Amino acid sequence: MNPFRKNNKQLSIFVTAGFPELNALPSQIEFSQSKGIDFIEVGIPFSDPMADGPTIQESSEIALKNGMNVGLMFEQLATVNVNIPLVIMSYFNPIMHYGLERFLKQCKSCGIAHVILPDISMEVYKKLYRTTFEKYGVTLCFLITPSTSSDRISKMSSLSSNGFLYLVSSNMTTGNSVKSASVSEEDVKRIREAAGDTPMMIGFGIKSRGDVLEAQKNADGAIIGSAYIRALSEGRQEEFISSVSSPELQNL
Amino acid sequence: MISTIDYKQPDELGFYGDFGGAFIPELLRPNVEELNNAFLAMRDNATFQEEFQDLLRNYVGRPSPLYYSQYLSETYGAKIYLKREDLNHTGSHKINNALGQILLAQRMNKRKIIAETGAGQHGVATATACALLKMECIVFMGEKDMERQAPNVQRMRMLGATVIAATSGSKTLKDATNEAIRYWINNPDAYYLIGSVVGPHPYPEMVAYFQSVISQEIRSQLIEKEGKSVPDKVIACVGGGSNAAGAFHHFYCESTELIAVEAGGMGVDSGKSAATSALGIDGVLHGSKTILMQDEDGQVVEPHSISAGLDYPGIGPEHANAIRKERTLAINVTDQEAVDAAFELTRNEGIIPALESAHAIATLKKINFKSDEIVVINLSGRGDKDMSTYQKHYESIS
Ligand SMILES: Cc1ncc(COP(=O)(O)O)c(C=O)c1O
Repeated sequence: MNPFRKNNKQLSIFVTAGFPELNALPSQIEFSQSKGIDFIEVGIPFSDPMADGPTIQESSEIALKNGMNVGLMFEQLATVNVNIPLVIMSYFNPIMHYGLERFLKQCKSCGIAHVILPDISMEVYKKLYRTTFEKYGVTLCFLITPSTSSDRISKMSSLSSNGFLYLVSSNMTTGNSVKSASVSEEDVKRIREAAGDTPMMIGFGIKSRGDVLEAQKNADGAIIGSAYIRALSEGRQEEFISSVSSPELQNL
Repeated sequence: MISTIDYKQPDELGFYGDFGGAFIPELLRPNVEELNNAFLAMRDNATFQEEFQDLLRNYVGRPSPLYYSQYLSETYGAKIYLKREDLNHTGSHKINNALGQILLAQRMNKRKIIAETGAGQHGVATATACALLKMECIVFMGEKDMERQAPNVQRMRMLGATVIAATSGSKTLKDATNEAIRYWINNPDAYYLIGSVVGPHPYPEMVAYFQSVISQEIRSQLIEKEGKSVPDKVIACVGGGSNAAGAFHHFYCESTELIAVEAGGMGVDSGKSAATSALGIDGVLHGSKTILMQDEDGQVVEPHSISAGLDYPGIGPEHANAIRKERTLAINVTDQEAVDAAFELTRNEGIIPALESAHAIATLKKINFKSDEIVVINLSGRGDKDMSTYQKHYESIS
């Protein structure tokens, strides 16, 4: 069953493994679960994150300095009692270096069934990696933007149908402070139609309760990245999660 | 043996064997697709070609001479020619590609050009092309490179470009490229004018195409001088590999030995090197799969070379494939060997080469030649930008 196909609107946060301290990941996951977060994106840091703005760049740099790597992340995940979906997000190079097959096998044994790799396009996935992902039952969740054609979205939607499509507002790296994450109503309508049954999450640039509500109106959920990382580095994560969550969640 | 594989031709998705492709976020897909369509339309368009050829001839000063070096020939025992890309307007081969791409950008109705630069030669070439066509120009350059190639920063600014310092990572070419890509994601109306045969498809193929004028000229110039169009060896330095791609292009399907010279830095085993093919393994950076210098966790390592233009942890996918399949031979040259070669050429031929090009000259000491062999070295640029580095060396020997 697709764990992202739910009636209620979802809220997700992104954490960089190894940030702010090397061993922060397990407690970050426990904390988020306790706050009613629906699923967590775990970022494996990469030295050259081309789609990321300064906040996630910096968290990646710190995580790498702390000594985070793919193997250690899996070791840390094995120590947590996880009861919500985890989605791994990284760039392809550290995974290719670790070995794609070995990585997917580890995902499977940790109960992780969803991965986001922004630098793997649909074409490259189909040509080179699809069979390996399918062998381990792991779904690659594709990024789409309002500029992505309907035809392309429906193709990606069938490849990601056991996961979700990740809608980012067109032209921004993560955490862009100038632009908002909003997507126009016509775009949302067209994209939803093309995506069919595959759930859709909106991310990149979501900072406030207002952004979350708008994303949840247009899609199945919202993913908060840079804004949470910033809160985390300032020790404001409790306060931040309360401020972006629905009243019901806060009372949990 | 004459090769039957066409190493300069990628497949439909931009793969050269295992390398290349387009490893880009969906955010960049419209930009890259638009570029690919424009390139495919223009490469066979007669008026585009005419305009490009006219600029190469009358603005760049092409064809660049193929100069027979008496000194090098006598010293190293072969017929050694220098392809004088250093005599191009702006002082290096980079202008060939900058003009080709800016004409493309113009036809795509782009008004804002962005570029990355290492040695500053590509930045200067791009700023020059932008001044010529009255386009806005933003150049990303590593903070460390802005220091060691200061004259080029001044030139870019005088030409009207905005130079933005890349302050992340090693503060060199790799980081400047990251910044340019991020800017492009945030500003898709800009045209990204990449400076080497790197990046997502179609950049490697396109940049090689615009640089292929180098080997095209070598062929006709050799007929005039030697009565045959095909040299025995072609030697070129490789940062990303655009001057090498241009110099090799029309010889892949011939018997010519192709030699790519990488920056050995302080020595391949010193931990301070940029000898990508010796130290790298398969990886993905800046939109293509290639040979990449990385640590045991798959993180890209910060390379080292005395030459800012060669200080890059990857290599163009065309070269990665040709080196892996042993069509191209990769050799590396240390910082010291390159500086020594620069002084040798300067004192004996009166030519001050760019530090990058000096790496190609330095390989002469590492190869055994037959006396009647025809060898072409691509002298990719001139050394004005490197005077402060050379001066330090000069003071230490005098
Ligand atoms: C004179 C010169 N040669 C060579 C290079 C290296 O680039 P490529 O390998 O793309 O030719 C540069 C780069 O800045 C350069 O300025």
